[in-house]
Amino acid sequence: MHGVFLASAVTSIFAVLLICVFLFAGGIPAMLKIGVVDFLTGTRWKPGSDMYGILPMILGSIYVTAGAVVVGVPTGVLTAVYMARFCPPKAYRLLKPAVELLAGIPSVVYGFFGLMVIVPALRTAFGGSGTSLLAASLVLGIMILPTVIGVGEAALRAVPESYYEGSLALGASKERSIFFVVLPAARSGILAGIVLGIGRAIGETMAVIMVAGNQPVIPSSLFKGLRTLTANIVLEMGYAADLHREALISTAVVLFVFILCINLAFSLLKRRVIR
Amino acid sequence: MMTSTSVSSRSDGISVLLRGLVYGAATVTFGTLLFIVVYILWKGVRHLTPSLFSLTYNSENVSLFPALVNTISMTVLSLAVAVPLGIFSAIWLVEYASRNNRLVGVVRLTAETLAGIPSIVYGLFGFLLFVTTLGFGFSLLAGALTLAIMILPVIMRTTEEALRAVPDSYREGSFGLGAGKLRTVFRIILPSAVPGILAGVILSVGRIVGETAALIYTAGTVAQIPDTVFASGRTLAVHLYALWGEGFNADQAYATAVVLLIMVTGINALSAAIAARLHP
Repeated sequence: MHGVFLASAVTSIFAVLLICVFLFAGGIPAMLKIGVVDFLTGTRWKPGSDMYGILPMILGSIYVTAGAVVVGVPTGVLTAVYMARFCPPKAYRLLKPAVELLAGIPSVVYGFFGLMVIVPALRTAFGGSGTSLLAASLVLGIMILPTVIGVGEAALRAVPESYYEGSLALGASKERSIFFVVLPAARSGILAGIVLGIGRAIGETMAVIMVAGNQPVIPSSLFKGLRTLTANIVLEMGYAADLHREALISTAVVLFVFILCINLAFSLLKRRVIR
Repeated sequence: MMTSTSVSSRSDGISVLLRGLVYGAATVTFGTLLFIVVYILWKGVRHLTPSLFSLTYNSENVSLFPALVNTISMTVLSLAVAVPLGIFSAIWLVEYASRNNRLVGVVRLTAETLAGIPSIVYGLFGFLLFVTTLGFGFSLLAGALTLAIMILPVIMRTTEEALRAVPDSYREGSFGLGAGKLRTVFRIILPSAVPGILAGVILSVGRIVGETAALIYTAGTVAQIPDTVFASGRTLAVHLYALWGEGFNADQAYATAVVLLIMVTGINALSAAIAARLHP
């Protein structure tokens, strides 16, 4: 049985290797054929006329993620402070499961909600089609809330109570003690939560597809549509062939590299928290 | 001057502002959640008609019943692959591997990497490996295997934590009574770790039920109950996405979202109940 246990444990190594092999073997040749520079910095994605530049999608993913951070991080961190320090125990018993529900709602339901509520609201308020960078940022901002809240709350609770009490004893108010003593002490953990949220936002697919408009163009304003790396794969994989298909796999390679960098940042931060 | 302590503890400007921000943010967070849930329920519940649960799907009834059945089969299949693998991996990590074994670090690192990979990358990988290279075509099996890899790190991590929480005295007691290693693992350690393992399994069920991006190009989007695991079938989440693509039946889509919400809430309640038993 020892062998069976060992073999199972090795499966995850095997899986990561397989994923890397399939992605890189499928994507790198196309990248070389198109030209790495042309592929990464080209601004035109027109598979019909063999133009494969994914800069609009790279920027699309970055913009949308930045938007999600702007929307989700301040709200999330402040809510984490509420959960860890302000929430009365009775309300906590109700609100903690609420945060978990927020995390459990499928992304396609968020996308659907965005499509039916946020997009029409933006259309009425600002004109245009409503499917836009702003809509995607709002939806993703809501989606990263539970991650930021959960990790942030745990980090705040890990700060020794003596910090808070010491600050109170020096005459600082409850709010000042929390924001100027406890919060800075928990910053690595909170940052880890934010990085995890960024990973979630950049990898998110379904919700973004339904509200972002998906034009492969660099958006010129908050109210213009855009396409992310993830959306590019889902939208065209169904009918793509040959170089077009390989170019989509290359898109996944770029996304994968982004994610690996974010994961690395996360585990470095986590290590700092444990020390 | 004498009143300065009471002033600073309650009503200086910055403290009031900070308190306002905290309460404001909490209101926004929970208000948004409440709005999403109530809005979807309000729009969807009245469209949960009997025809929506017809045995077969057609464009007339837009039945979600086949998708519901597929969701359950997909969950069972994925768990059947991932749960034994995940539990066995954790057993190796906790009970067998020696402390300075290099492989332990590598297994942990790869499991963490797997946990961070976005579902669309899994979907693409599953498409390339299971659907085309291995020739399964769009099928429940291809989808389930893809999801199994996706949830493997969740099961591994929760099982590992559960096993580590079993006190060493259990192991020593079992060895002391003359039981072998394997018997100790299966008769003593695993049973006491069951609630923790179960929590991981339920977490995984939640991910499977909500998954879309990893399934579109592996399990495919056929809206019927397939006869075999080698045929395509869409799950409920994929169904909701597909309704968006297919000219859109908003009412039925709301109803589908309601069913998804109910399932997710049920799964969360179950996991909360287990967590409450774990940490009373």
